[in-house]
Amino acid sequence: MALRQCAIYGKGGIGKSTTTQNLVAAMAEAGKKIMIVGCDPKADSTRLILHAKAQNSIMQMASDAGSVEDLELEDVLKVGYRDIKCVESGGPEPGVGCAGRGVITAINFLEEEGAYTDDLDFVFYDVLGDVVCGGFAMPIRENKAQEIYIVCSGEMMAMYAANNIAKGIVKYANSGSVRLAGLICNSRQCAREDELIMELAKQMGTTMIHFVPRDNVVQRAEIRRMTVIEYEPQAKQADEYRTLAQKIINNKNFIIPTPITMDELEDLLMEFGVMEEVDESIVGQTAAAVA
Amino acid sequence: MSQDVENIQMSYPLFRSDEYKENLANKREAYEEGHPKEKVDEIFQWTTTEEYQKLNFEREALTVNPAKACQPLGAVLCSLGFEKTLPYVHGSQGCVAYFRSYFNRHFKEPISCVSDSMTEDAAVFGGQKNMMAGLENAKALYKPDMIAVSTTCMAEVIGDDLNAFINNSKKEGFIEQDFPTPYAHTPSFVGSHTTGWDNMFEGIARYFTLNHMEGKEVGSNGKINFVPGFETYLGNFRVISRMMKEMDVDFSLLSDPSEVLDTPADGEFRMYSGGTTQAEVKDAPNAITTILLQPWQLEKTKKLVQDTWHQKAPKLNIPMGLEWTDEFLMEISKLTGKPIPKSLETERGRFVDMITDSHAWLHGKKFALYGDADFVLGMTKFLLEMGIEVTDVLVNHANKRWKKACEEVLKASPYGQAATVHIGCDLWHFRSLMFTNKPDFMIGNSYAKFIQRDTLHKGKEFEVPLIRIGFPIFDRHHLHRMTTLGYEGGMYILTTLVNAVLEKLDDDTRGMGTTDYNYDLIR
Repeated sequence: MALRQCAIYGKGGIGKSTTTQNLVAAMAEAGKKIMIVGCDPKADSTRLILHAKAQNSIMQMASDAGSVEDLELEDVLKVGYRDIKCVESGGPEPGVGCAGRGVITAINFLEEEGAYTDDLDFVFYDVLGDVVCGGFAMPIRENKAQEIYIVCSGEMMAMYAANNIAKGIVKYANSGSVRLAGLICNSRQCAREDELIMELAKQMGTTMIHFVPRDNVVQRAEIRRMTVIEYEPQAKQADEYRTLAQKIINNKNFIIPTPITMDELEDLLMEFGVMEEVDESIVGQTAAAVA
Repeated sequence: MSQDVENIQMSYPLFRSDEYKENLANKREAYEEGHPKEKVDEIFQWTTTEEYQKLNFEREALTVNPAKACQPLGAVLCSLGFEKTLPYVHGSQGCVAYFRSYFNRHFKEPISCVSDSMTEDAAVFGGQKNMMAGLENAKALYKPDMIAVSTTCMAEVIGDDLNAFINNSKKEGFIEQDFPTPYAHTPSFVGSHTTGWDNMFEGIARYFTLNHMEGKEVGSNGKINFVPGFETYLGNFRVISRMMKEMDVDFSLLSDPSEVLDTPADGEFRMYSGGTTQAEVKDAPNAITTILLQPWQLEKTKKLVQDTWHQKAPKLNIPMGLEWTDEFLMEISKLTGKPIPKSLETERGRFVDMITDSHAWLHGKKFALYGDADFVLGMTKFLLEMGIEVTDVLVNHANKRWKKACEEVLKASPYGQAATVHIGCDLWHFRSLMFTNKPDFMIGNSYAKFIQRDTLHKGKEFEVPLIRIGFPIFDRHHLHRMTTLGYEGGMYILTTLVNAVLEKLDDDTRGMGTTDYNYDLIR
């Protein structure tokens, strides 16, 4: 099987890293050879696989060693649960430097050092929040990730972010082979959440590939720096991730998304009761004035 | 002041007149608030000591004159070597002004190269609009057959994606779909000018061959490809061509700027001239093999040659000096089955004759050198072949593997035993070495003239004269037309070295009645 490269995007705090690691653990359990590339200065994309606080990142080690050229692949590539290969790009401290450039440097380093070996089935890029600059689009450039999964929930801002990410994908999809491969709904237990995300997915031209229900076992496993798959393989939640893994392994629905307008998104939210119709007459009125 | 319109003087000797001397002294006295001369002298002397050298080599945070240039400079030189190709740099305008002026100070030729002039809005929104308008305008104005795109720091920091931008420009009709637009990401803050050359070449080769490998067969066109790398001696392009013609070997020089960088003054401006054709690049995978003339700087190219073109790319050193030129020609003879002709044997014989004529003056002389990795390795080998003792070898951009290879070359010769190889070092390190190790001569580019001045300032007996071989050479004319490769290149280097030694000897021995007992007519 040819190497498939997937990138996971989504609003900050939505559960990208947790979902990715549980998903990857389930795939590894099914016999797939996988590498995770964390593209986030927080460097928390591999801790559940490695049982570590945070992996030493490429950028951190490069700054300790003097330059990226002083690093060897084995310095930065760690092997965790079921031989999953883990790399964190890392980045600067908050408020300084350029994290986007860090992602570019890190991925170039991996390519040059031959991290993308022939025996790999999947590479997963776990990318920070919104695609705020060109650096965070690095994983979806030509010859990198071709399948994008967006993690979202039924909350308004999560859907807003998902739609924005789809806009970013369109830019690259028109000239290259990157495609949107589906939405992963990481439940926040909102009302009619699954229907809402299915409808959003439909309007964007894709599908909700799986609805991951909320389960506290995820948090219990996380405290032990483990995935559910490893911590409690019999848990119902583990089966959810296994189902998600199978759906992604068998996924063939790769499309150029059709992001929707802000108005359409608001209409959708109103239809599902997430947002109420705005009464234009009260816009800009203070409490005193309304009283 | 004292300039006379009928007799305009340059700053020297003008500033030596009493009026200027007084004026400059007043300025120093009244406004400069400098340290007293004794203090300045004391610090100067301190910077020439072993103690200072130790501190200097412990330096972590600062680079002083790095002995390398940036990636897009190399990308531009590579692009100039292709027929009717316009080098196009996606990024800020000032960078490109620098590439142009850097090259025209060295080659004394106009350099055609454009920028898409990214400004603040492009930094915020990405440079796609600049790319679209830039490609359209550049093509309409300068009518190239190919636009080779590289990048500056600015575009790289914000993560502009050349592939997407160029394809979008084509999709939206700014330039035709089939117009050749190879590209390479060339962040200036990574690697050096040689990395940029390698990246751009790989980009051009990939553009014309990666998706067109069907029907290609190694050896089917019977040619040998040569990839020169960052090469600024125009004679080197010519000597490779001449040697191959004499051997009756069909060949392609992949990137050859020897015409466009050496156009005649006959009243016609040539924006483009000569260069490797697109057809030659497309045909390159059909060659017997590809020889990388400067293998240490062509890592990416080598990968493409081996993985995409399925050619071996034989492991050879830069064909500099006697032994490595021999190896080079014998390898070509082996690859093509063509014998090395009498004419080249004769040329070799002449070179050997020259070596025997001059070796008495060169033997045991001490030399230090710096520059690009392959050039320095070749030159080190050359010096050892002449029996010259090498003291220090310095390359900024070389890696540890190179260092090891260079040390092996040195170790294999009795004249290399005392040498030290420095990588990741700059010209301020080199300056220290010139004071402490006191070689007889140094080989480098124009920048080392300031080191020569400093060594002279310490005292005539401390002066280390500079022999200008390398890039850039801004302060001597036409040296870029010379040859450093092959037997012919050996002759040029030998001539340059031995005459520098003799000049120095004359300089030391023309004291009337003091040293002129050795001021000989015949050397």
